[in-house]
Amino acid sequence: MKHTLSVLVENKPGVLTRVAGLFARRGFNIDSLAVGESEDPGLSRITITIDGEQHPMDQVTKQLHKLINVVKIRDLEPQNMVAAELLLVKVSAEGDKRSEILQIAEIFKAKIVDVDRRAVTLRVVGTNDKLEALIALLKPFGVLEIVRTGTIAIARG
Amino acid sequence: MTPDKRMKGAQALVAALEDEGCDVMFGFPGGVAIPFYDALYDAKNLRHVLVRHEQGAAHAADGYARATGRVGVCTSTSGPGATNLVTGIATAYLDSVPLVAITWQVRSDLIGTDAFQEADVTGITLPIVKHSYLVKDTAELPRVVHEAFHIASTGRPGPVLIDIPVDVALGEINYRKVDKLDLPGYKPTVMGHIRQVRAAARAINEAERPVLYVGGGVISSGAAPELLRLAELRRLPVTTTLMGLGAFPETHELSMGMLGMHGTVTANYAVHECDLLIAVGARFDDRVTGKLKAFAPHARVIHIDVDPAEVGKNVTPLIPIVGDAKHVLAALVKELEGLEWSPERTAAWLARIAQRKREHPLSYEEPADGTLAPQCVIEAIDRVTEHDAVIVTDVGQHQMWAAQYYTYTFPRQFISSGGLGTMGYGLPASIGAKVGRPDKTVIDISGDGGFQMTMQELATAVNGDVPVVVCILNNQYLGMVRQWQDLFWRKRYSFTCVEVQPDFVQLAEAFGALGLRVTTKDEVEPALREAIASQRPTVIDFRVAREENVYPMVPAGSEITEMIGGPAERGRKKP
Repeated sequence: MKHTLSVLVENKPGVLTRVAGLFARRGFNIDSLAVGESEDPGLSRITITIDGEQHPMDQVTKQLHKLINVVKIRDLEPQNMVAAELLLVKVSAEGDKRSEILQIAEIFKAKIVDVDRRAVTLRVVGTNDKLEALIALLKPFGVLEIVRTGTIAIARG
Repeated sequence: MTPDKRMKGAQALVAALEDEGCDVMFGFPGGVAIPFYDALYDAKNLRHVLVRHEQGAAHAADGYARATGRVGVCTSTSGPGATNLVTGIATAYLDSVPLVAITWQVRSDLIGTDAFQEADVTGITLPIVKHSYLVKDTAELPRVVHEAFHIASTGRPGPVLIDIPVDVALGEINYRKVDKLDLPGYKPTVMGHIRQVRAAARAINEAERPVLYVGGGVISSGAAPELLRLAELRRLPVTTTLMGLGAFPETHELSMGMLGMHGTVTANYAVHECDLLIAVGARFDDRVTGKLKAFAPHARVIHIDVDPAEVGKNVTPLIPIVGDAKHVLAALVKELEGLEWSPERTAAWLARIAQRKREHPLSYEEPADGTLAPQCVIEAIDRVTEHDAVIVTDVGQHQMWAAQYYTYTFPRQFISSGGLGTMGYGLPASIGAKVGRPDKTVIDISGDGGFQMTMQELATAVNGDVPVVVCILNNQYLGMVRQWQDLFWRKRYSFTCVEVQPDFVQLAEAFGALGLRVTTKDEVEPALREAIASQRPTVIDFRVAREENVYPMVPAGSEITEMIGGPAERGRKKP
């Protein structure tokens, strides 16, 4: 099962390196990682998604906790969180394919943010699953480039 | 120090170190370290021991910390000076030793330009420190030093690195002692959860075949008196890890000695047969457990450790207790004092252990060729120093013999690189230990291989007038690797024979130390007495039997009862 960790850290130089370095050293594979300032300018929040099947989650959180700059860790429960990721995808869109792509974009509430003669770029926000589904549908048209932010998540309530 | 005194960063660092109670540090100067060394020149209450290689500074600070329980401090210049500290920092990290390493860095505006003697030492040391700082502003220095000492010495101790660009040492501040801490992410758990403590007390009370498995955490937390009280209260037999030697007196009837790869038959079998294993400040390391799945197969496990990440890492305990060993053991004793218990409950178990101790003591045979048995040298050191010396070791066969054949009676008596297994550790660490414990005889038991890795520190001992006694068990082999080649690699002694070596007696004399050589059993004790009485740094070159092996031995990855030289092999000749 995929786990989503919300990690509150002190906003100090090198914190991200410490977190990333810890994962590398202990052999934990990060699926995605997103970081930004939190409600408190002294603190940043890192959202990490990680495969719980491959790693003992208990060890992951305990080792993270040992970093002096890590203030708080929450392993968010899927049913009790809101998660989203931003995707930019550039799809080859020549001639009659273009309208089909636009239809798919509409279904996924994706916005067309750039168009030229040969390609369109879609911007979409959604859960990891939704983005995967969209990418799968776009693949046959020729996906030229994908950029993703990684999941960010927040607990409900 | 008067509040708000105007001073340079370098002087502020000296003041901050003194305010932390640091009265000695080990180091080696260099280009960007000059401002600090200039301030040190005037320091009244801070002694500096000049080493001959920065690795020696880190090991000496580590040896000082282990011998005294205080924070050890070392310093070096930027670049190569800092990278030379790395082995010592990693050694301290693996054995949870409180160490503050101060490295000097190129000027702030040059960082990242590949300037002369620049190395990213905070980056290099990231996986081997408990925490680190790159100080950007002189005003931060007093706070950083205060935090570093706090982090290094509390919770599970460990090394903290402070990297300081030279311009920070030159900047001026109004110095004021810092005594407040703002570390929102650092709050070690000290007290064990009382419900868990009660559950543990009940389990101990019910056990018929209990074993206390004691690691270095008991020594770091100063929990030896509480451990003794607990063991005696419920008559719990005690085995210690290498790092735990000295936590429980080996002269005590409940002591079973060390367990693990080169542990005693009594200890390893007791762990195998026990119904309750009480692990205190120990981490189920592979050198202790052997094949993890077969370790303590009949036991319920209580695991007491200050580091939550160790609890459940290798073994899932039935009763985990996160907390400082001293507090948890005291709480356990208190709970147990309120419970009824009869000694009959464990009488049969203790009788079995006592019998095994009688039947399977550590033993060795005198070498057939009449050469000196290395074990006999350790026994002589034990007799001459009456179980009361501080024993520092290097890494290898001599380290295991020192662990096996010396009788440890008090905490911080045995100082050795356990986790990292750093050859070259012994001599500089013994210098640090002797600086910290001038009242004790300090013996460095070393091998000819490891000694040659840091032997230049003899100059440090002579220069600093630190009378350590270096006992080289010289077999002209890298003995532990040779032993593995002997047992598991068809005696193919690939690059482990080091017959070409300096004359250690002449070498010692060249350094201004005393050099002695011993080749026969009769000479052992007189040489030791002469060395100790000389009050000078001394090297004794003990020429020992060349191909003696350390037994018993559990091959890596085997069950801990599968001992070469153990009872299963009795009657058979040792391979």
